[in-house]
Parts: sequence; C-alpha cells; structure tokens
Amino acid sequence: MTYQGIPPESPDPSIRDSAFVSEISDVATVAEPREAEAAVAAGMLPATKPRSAFRRGLEVFLENRLAVVGVGVIVAMLVFCFVGPLFYHGNTTVVDFAHQTLPPGAGHPLGTDANGNDVLARLMTSGQISLEVGIAAAILATVVGVIWGSVAGYFGGALDAVMMRIVDAGLSIPVLFLLLVVVSLVTPTEGILIAVIGLVSWLTTARLVRGEALSLRVREYVQAMKVMGGGGSRAVSRHIAPNAIGTIMVNLTFQVADAIAFIVALSYLGLGIRPPQEDWGAMLSSGVQYVSDGYWWLILPAGACIVIVITAILWIGEGLRDAVEVRLQRR
Amino acid sequence: MALFIVRRVLQAIVVLLLVTMFTFALLRAIPGNPAIAIMGPGAYRNPAAIKVFDQTYGFDKPWYSQYLLWLSNLVRGNLGYSWNLNQSVISLIGQRLPKSLVLVGISTALALVIAIPLGVVQAVRRNKFVDHFFNGFSTIFYAMPSFLLGLLLILVFAIKIPIFPAEAPQGEGLAPVFQNFNALVLPIISLALITIALFSRYMRSSVMDNLTEDYVRTAKAKGASERRVLIRHVLRNSMIPIATLLGLSLPFIISGALITEQVFNYPGMGLLFYQQAQKSDYPVLLGITVLVALATVVGSLLADIAYAVLDPRVRY
Repeated sequence: MTYQGIPPESPDPSIRDSAFVSEISDVATVAEPREAEAAVAAGMLPATKPRSAFRRGLEVFLENRLAVVGVGVIVAMLVFCFVGPLFYHGNTTVVDFAHQTLPPGAGHPLGTDANGNDVLARLMTSGQISLEVGIAAAILATVVGVIWGSVAGYFGGALDAVMMRIVDAGLSIPVLFLLLVVVSLVTPTEGILIAVIGLVSWLTTARLVRGEALSLRVREYVQAMKVMGGGGSRAVSRHIAPNAIGTIMVNLTFQVADAIAFIVALSYLGLGIRPPQEDWGAMLSSGVQYVSDGYWWLILPAGACIVIVITAILWIGEGLRDAVEVRLQRR
Repeated sequence: MALFIVRRVLQAIVVLLLVTMFTFALLRAIPGNPAIAIMGPGAYRNPAAIKVFDQTYGFDKPWYSQYLLWLSNLVRGNLGYSWNLNQSVISLIGQRLPKSLVLVGISTALALVIAIPLGVVQAVRRNKFVDHFFNGFSTIFYAMPSFLLGLLLILVFAIKIPIFPAEAPQGEGLAPVFQNFNALVLPIISLALITIALFSRYMRSSVMDNLTEDYVRTAKAKGASERRVLIRHVLRNSMIPIATLLGLSLPFIISGALITEQVFNYPGMGLLFYQQAQKSDYPVLLGITVLVALATVVGSLLADIAYAVLDPRVRY
C-alpha cells in the first residue's frame, strides 16, 4: 500500500498546528509595523514589502522541525551518494572471493558482501540509482500528470469525462501488476525503469491537478485573460498549472518516496535494474539471503538507508502540505 | 442518490472496458510469444507446431478480433484457459482467491481493531509521549520495505525463537490453511503491521479534526463528559474516512499481497500473478486484472455510498 491511496485533502491535524502558528505570526505582524517603522526611520532597515505567500509558507515549513530534519537528511544522503565516491574508494565491481563477507573493520568500515565488494562504497553507488530513479520518475510522473490534469480540468465537458475515465481505468490496475508485466518482458535499464515507473504513477497527480484546475478556471483572473483573447493553452500553461504549484509540489514529494519503494519491491522480485548496477533494494534483497548466517552488515546499512530516506521524504511532504495549506487559507 | 448510483455504474462499465482494452493492448504490444512460453524454446525449430498452436487459440487473427472474442467470452463468464497450468482461469482464481481473502481479510480486520483505538489515543494524547511513540512506529512500518519486515519476522519468530513456521500453509483449498493456521500467523502479522501504520495515521487525523468541531463544544457545554463526547460523538464521525478507506482497500483483498505472499510462499492471487507474468500466461494476467479492476470500481462506489449513509450532510 502506498501513499497514493491517501486523498491529498485528508485532514491532517498538523495543519491546525500551522494555522495556530500563523495566528501567532499574525500577532507578530500587528506588533511589527511600529518596530519596523522605527527601524526604517532610524535607517536601520529598508522599507519592507508585505510578506509574500511564498515567504509565509516557507516560515510555516521551517517551523516544522521534522520537515527541516527531513531536508537535512536528504541533502546529507545526496552528498553521501554523489560526492562520497570522490573521497571514499572501494571495490564495487570486481569479484574478490579472498575478501568475501568480511565483518566491518579496518579497510572496510561496513564490511564486504558475498562478492567481496566493499559495502560502504556499494551503498554510495546503489544510492545513486535509488535516488536518481526516484527523483526522475517522480518528475516525469508530475509533468505528465500536470499536463493531463490541467487540460482535463480547464476544458471540462466531454474531453474531461474521457480523460478522467482513462485515469480511473489506469488507477484500477494495481501499480505493481503493471510494473511487473512491463518489466518482466523488457530488460530494465535505469532509463527504462524511470520511464516505466513515471508512466504508471502520473495518474494520481492528474486527478489532483484536475481538481485544482476545476476551481481555478472560474477565477476572475482566468476569466479576464479569456476576455482579453487568451487561448486555452495559455490559460493552462500560464495560470492553471502555476497556481496549482503547491499541490503539485506536495504530491511530487510523495511520488519520490513511492518511486523509491517501487524499485525496492521490483528488485526484491528480481525484476529491478540489471547487475552489476543495483539499487538499495537489490543490495538489501541479496543481503537478506544471508540472514541466518548472521551477516548483519549486508542487511542493516541498505535497510536503514531505505527507511531513513523514505521517512525523511514523508516528513518533507507533510511539512510542505502544511505550508501550502497556509498559503491557500490566505489566498 | 439513485441517479447518482446509476451514473456511477455507467461510468464503471466504461472504466472496466477501458481496463480490458488497455491490458489487452499492453500484453499484445510487448514481446513474448505464448506458443514459445508453453512449448519451450525448442519450438522455434518447429514453426508448424507454433502455427497449429496459434490457430487453435486464435493468435493468428488480428488483435482486435482476438479482443472481441475474449470480450464476448468474458461477458458470458468465461475468463479463458491457462495453457500453462492446464486449467481454466475461473477455476484457478477459485482456488487462489479464497487464500488471499483469508490472508488480507484477516489482516485488514485485525488492523482495524487495533488502529482505531490507537488513532483515538494518539489524537487525545496529542504531542505527548504516546503519540510520538506510535507516530514513530507507523512511520517506520510505512517506510520499511514489506519483504524486509516479513524476513525479520521469520528471523526472530521462526529461526531465533522457533514458535511459528517460516512458510505459510501450503496445499490445495482452504482446509490446510485452517488446519495449519499457526503457519499463517507471521504473514498476517506482517501485513497487519503495515496496514495498522496506514489506518492509524488516518484515524489520528480524523479524530483530531473532529475534536475541533462545533458539535464537540456544544456537547461539552451541555454537560457531557469527556468520555461520552469522545465515544458517542467524535468516534462515530471519525469512522467516516475509515469506511472510505475500507472501500478503497477492497482491491487489495482481491489482488492479494504480492510481496508478503512471495516472502512466505503463500499461494494467493498476488503470487499467481507474479508467476504467470514471467510465463506470458495472458489469460491468467487478463483475468486477474479485470477482477481487481472490478473490485476497485465496486470498492470506490461502496465507499461513496457509505460516505453518504454515514454523513447525512453529504448529498449527491
């Protein structure tokens, strides 16, 4: 089961927390002007513009400690996976039975696996695959979903009905089934995996964005643009999609977590990326074969990376959702 | 309401048709030859045999007439025949579906029984230790790959402390499942933990939402005790999203839990789909997909109806 099952408008209590926070900051803004005026008068501060919706959202996001920790964790993971290999060199490709399944120790901080490869170095290269596929697939899904959803929602009518029935049909087929059929019959490279996961995950995004578009298309500024002779593609690209950006970003975050989880599941079923390349899921599933031998260093590091990254992404997503809610309230 | 249901049923039929078309096209578009899959790679040397096979099962016809043939059979309740397992798809599903129903059904019920009180406690003791503790619990089980959870359970409760078997009950039909129920405990726990993580998050936010509603203040002002407000008012209203969630998890009950079934080698629907996907067994894949799609459509319809019944403010 994935986060996709959760309707985006699902009532989240933390939203109220943030509403409370913004009430406090309201008080602050009431008190602020006098101080600010004094500061401006004293030449200490430039006269400030009223804070933008983006700034207010950012403040709420930063108030959420878990979300900030989440961002820190993801940045650290990106550095670990992409910058780490520049400083830490270990055998990740050559089979070396002389150094098979060594426990963590000097020379191999996290030990070696069944092929004699260094677990730490392998963790970095596998992490690159997991993160690349996760992020790229989520972006692909978002781009397709946003276009599909905003076109359906903006134009409405028969076009909307047809487009949304296609989305319903897609959502009626379990994602793992779709992935399985496609991946078991084509050789999964990194690119194919991104394409396949992206192209089965855009449906929820499309449904969300369509909902936003339905409410946005009757707004005055969209009507005004129409009166001035603007066409449908301009409405979609300049007004509908940009104004749904909050919802889109929140959804994108959860999509990344889902995509990472999908490749983990595929790798476990033996349908993931082909060796010698592998993702954290493949590392973990080859590690668990040695579960009864007590080689914990083949299981714990990869398992921890998956759990930590997905948790961090969830925290970021929840923080973003709060921030967007605040923005919407003030609209 | 009646009009709404009629409209939804019509939509559902359209959606199901699209699902069949899409699945059919996908299976045909992808390389993989059923004749080779059944007769083995050696069949390449015997084109005549492939031709006979294709003619027998209609693979020599263009894809649209194959589709129409399949569809007309479907309408008559015939889901086709698995050459691979030498069995009709209906009877295959008849064997496997009860197994998935037992596994996923029991886990879902167990998850409900645990997640509802858990969510209420978390909401009432919000931001206290209990809340943070179970929040951490649900996040970890949500983020953890389900096969890792299953294997850890096997490691601890089947290998280190051997109280449960590592493999789920085998054999035909439901009888061995209930005779050997001990073996189903670990799969159920594994699946239930993940479902609890999901449901309790819902329940927590739903209860918290309801706690701020006006009717809670009114009830309190009229002198109702905390307990009465919680049980008679808040709990009832907070169950509405859970009803929706149950409707939406109907397809999972039908499709089975692929990964968990694979970890414990439990011959349910998910495992069947996985095994036949690797053998290009189209009729089985199509049959299962259609059935799951039907469950999805029915489930979301039921969820909508439940929503309207439980919340009198909702009008369709």
